[in-house]
Amino acid sequence: MDVYTRIEPFLLWLEETRIAAAVRESPLLFPWVESLHVLAIALLVGTIAVVDLRLLGVASRERPVTRLLAEILPFTWVAFIGAAITGALMFVSQALHYATNVPFLWKSALLGLALINLLVFHRVTARTIERWDTGPALPVAARLAGGASLAIWIGVVAFGRWIGFT
Amino acid sequence: MGESLPAFTEWLASTPLSLHIQTTAWVIPAVQTLHILAIAAVVAAVFLIHLRVMGLALRSQATATVARRFMPWLWGALVVLALSGLLLIIGEPARSLENGMFQGKMLMLVVVVALTAVFARPLRNDPAYWEATPARRMNARGLAIGSLALWVGIVFAGRWIAYWGG
Repeated sequence: MDVYTRIEPFLLWLEETRIAAAVRESPLLFPWVESLHVLAIALLVGTIAVVDLRLLGVASRERPVTRLLAEILPFTWVAFIGAAITGALMFVSQALHYATNVPFLWKSALLGLALINLLVFHRVTARTIERWDTGPALPVAARLAGGASLAIWIGVVAFGRWIGFT
Repeated sequence: MGESLPAFTEWLASTPLSLHIQTTAWVIPAVQTLHILAIAAVVAAVFLIHLRVMGLALRSQATATVARRFMPWLWGALVVLALSGLLLIIGEPARSLENGMFQGKMLMLVVVVALTAVFARPLRNDPAYWEATPARRMNARGLAIGSLALWVGIVFAGRWIAYWGG
């Protein structure tokens, strides 16, 4: 039994919830949710890029990394919560369609990669952060985390936009 | 304008570049992706600058420092937005130029660029200009709230073009 056959009842149940029906059937709700999603994604990706460019040594080189993280990441998390809620609303409205949609699956896979990259940076790379916090040149692992994050999020935006054409 | 706008969009749609974009499936999604990435840069820059003006973000740095850090990204991203937007117009002239939501978006864009110039201009000679007196701080806050609201409106209008008939 493949995975779709197993989760299909759950996806159908999601689609039948009142909130999913409301998003699907209202001519105005979907564009409103979608607009909020774009706004949240813009703030999310933009603030992540600020941090990534610091890790890469391209911008904010004079700012301690810890201070930049402390000042920027709260906005990133607010934007992430906004993007996740609006994304979930759009997903449940056509759960079966999205669950088998190739760009959506790539976007989800990249979000998983972004999470792994984040965890590796915070749990492993950032352990020695006091040694390179104020340095303009960061260790290779930190630069790799920044570069990978930037590439992953560009991919997330590309696949996200692609979903609309399928 | 009356008859001239439909005639112009019809002519634009018949140009070789427009025909090329219309018949190459990947161009519109790819350019839209670039457009959204530039919007991410604008939104992050605008949020951080204007929330700093309002005392809500990056408080360990002066407004002037935050403006100097993010204003070049704002102007640079605006150039990318204009160029990618131009390609999208050439590819789908009637869908954009004759669309009321697109026209509203362009109007908001003109106003916000003017507001941004008003904010940025005095900073060139006097980085602390907006912090010098209580009256200037009030004006800067007004500019910040107005600009933020307009950018949110621009992002929303951009997404709504797809749902607005004529």
